[in-house]
Amino acid sequence: MSMVTETTARSAEKFRVTRSRRNVAWTGAGALVVVVVLWRLPYLVYAGTTTIMVQAFEVLTMACMWNLLAGYAGLVSVGQQAFVGLGAYGVLILALHGISPFWALPVSAICCGVAAFPLWWLVSRLRSGYFAIATWVLAATIPLIIVRFSALGSGTGLPLPGLSGISSTMLPADTYWIGLAVTVVALATTYVVMRGRLGLVLTAIRDDEVAARSSGARVGLARMIVFVIAGIGCGAAGALVAISDLQVQPTSVFSIQWTAEMAFAVIIGGIGTIEGPIIGTAVFIVLQQELAQYNAWYLIIFGLVAIIVALFARRGLWGLVDEYAHVRLFPVGYWLWTGDEGRRGLRWRRGGRHS
Amino acid sequence: MVWVNDIIQGILTGGLYALFACGLSLMFGVMKVVNLAHGDLAVVGGYIAIGVITVTHVPVLWSFVIVVPIMAVLGYVLQRTLIQAALDRGVLTTLMVTFGLSVVIENGLLQFFTANSRGLGTGNAFITSSFSIGSQITIAYLPLTIFVAAVVVLLGLQYFLTRSKYGRLIRAVADDKEAAQLCGVDYRHVFGIAAAIAFGTVALAGMAYGMSSQLAPTIGTDTILLFAFAAVVIGGLGSLWGTLLGGVVLGVAQLIGAQINSQDEVLAGYIVFLAVLVFRPQGLTVRRAR
Repeated sequence: MSMVTETTARSAEKFRVTRSRRNVAWTGAGALVVVVVLWRLPYLVYAGTTTIMVQAFEVLTMACMWNLLAGYAGLVSVGQQAFVGLGAYGVLILALHGISPFWALPVSAICCGVAAFPLWWLVSRLRSGYFAIATWVLAATIPLIIVRFSALGSGTGLPLPGLSGISSTMLPADTYWIGLAVTVVALATTYVVMRGRLGLVLTAIRDDEVAARSSGARVGLARMIVFVIAGIGCGAAGALVAISDLQVQPTSVFSIQWTAEMAFAVIIGGIGTIEGPIIGTAVFIVLQQELAQYNAWYLIIFGLVAIIVALFARRGLWGLVDEYAHVRLFPVGYWLWTGDEGRRGLRWRRGGRHS
Repeated sequence: MVWVNDIIQGILTGGLYALFACGLSLMFGVMKVVNLAHGDLAVVGGYIAIGVITVTHVPVLWSFVIVVPIMAVLGYVLQRTLIQAALDRGVLTTLMVTFGLSVVIENGLLQFFTANSRGLGTGNAFITSSFSIGSQITIAYLPLTIFVAAVVVLLGLQYFLTRSKYGRLIRAVADDKEAAQLCGVDYRHVFGIAAAIAFGTVALAGMAYGMSSQLAPTIGTDTILLFAFAAVVIGGLGSLWGTLLGGVVLGVAQLIGAQINSQDEVLAGYIVFLAVLVFRPQGLTVRRAR
């Protein structure tokens, strides 16, 4: 902090604060190019590749949400599969009433956001570890209620209706595009949230909850908003799961495996950074493809890597990149430029994040 | 009389749940660690028991003499290495590491022992036999033994923590580990001892579950961890006798639920848990909210 006051005193007219070291327009243009290329991908590759990409979109969307929860709001939720399952069942219910699953996806996601309010009210009384298990209990309770409805296929679930009209060549492409849309919205939401006032509060909570509270940050409200956003995001990902699997099975959509995948992706990629989930998802997809024939081994190795990263490289793979190259794909921090000294970063405080 | 019988069975099942919850409660009380791998470690204890019985041919009921020390050593080692390393880095890291451990153990068990469920001591005369009081009430020896074991474990823990030298050290470290360290206590070692005790009870929990039901890789979280947690919350965080009460309430709720509809056994237990969370978040036995 002394650095800032010094600089201000010496050359007040010469320094400025920006979001990024580079011109933000370049980042925006780069993101646009990536999205356009990804948009054209179904015309360029086989359906097998787009199917893998849809899986990546599912995990990446969930990872973005889990990153907001655990990385910023300090909420380690082990029950996000509740929203994945609710999102999938939302699409199933709407599709059974004759609504196209692609239109049902956003509606279902919003419904998950609405459902997040009472669930938050239940679990918000508990802290850290107990919060984690309470979300897990909720996620175990919801499928017990859902399997009571025989119209929803009881314990075995139902195939998803409403997609039989689409040709077998267009269906994977359509699924891919809606998956891409969901992921882009999830990443954009994270970015917008982190650049705004809420992001400032969340960053403060991440760094030091007590200090954030004593500075007047409304920690409880910020956490509730994040929980609801994560509910919407995981619900959308769950709806995507239903569309890409073409069926909804209670044991698979409410599986703890979803939370394991999203959490490990975030931890390995870099918790508390927007870029981290992207790297983590890439690692996950590579591992899963390489170890596909060895059953559960990919999850075992993924988990072991996550444990090692959580212990020895707490800011994940992206943290390692950032440490050496000081790169930000998503400029949500601040940089201080001084006229005479060249550039100098006034970055977020790094210490004490996990304390 | 059917209801009386059910309530008695529920109370006895509560003993099993209290046994599940004991280690979770102890580890949180002393180290402030919420061990998300708790249930999976109990399953590991059960599988070790199956292995020990197959290799040494000890009687099923006495196999705990071998299994509990094995798990206690595992607990000490795990606490001194992985869990302590995570603790040094903060609460969030501890949660992530124990969650990772949970997923790794569960899938590891699936990989090596398949998803098939296996019983512990199936066919043992004592495990399957029961006695009757009157014409309606039938009490099986096994749940009664488990209930008594849970009470003995809780009493033993209470006595150990309040009366013994090590118990005093554990309480001192739980209260203020820096102050205890200034007085010459190696808190890491004390944490290790506490984890060893917790893992001993975890081994008992896994074996008790294996005898009264079937062990499978997935029951670690689905059943043991979540029921243990429900019992802890219902009874009140950080109270040993509350844990027993919580287990009993959960057990009775499940049995009543099963009476209404056989599918609702587990759901009824969770509904009671959620009701306690809403109306009495401090639990049934604790006066003030924490």
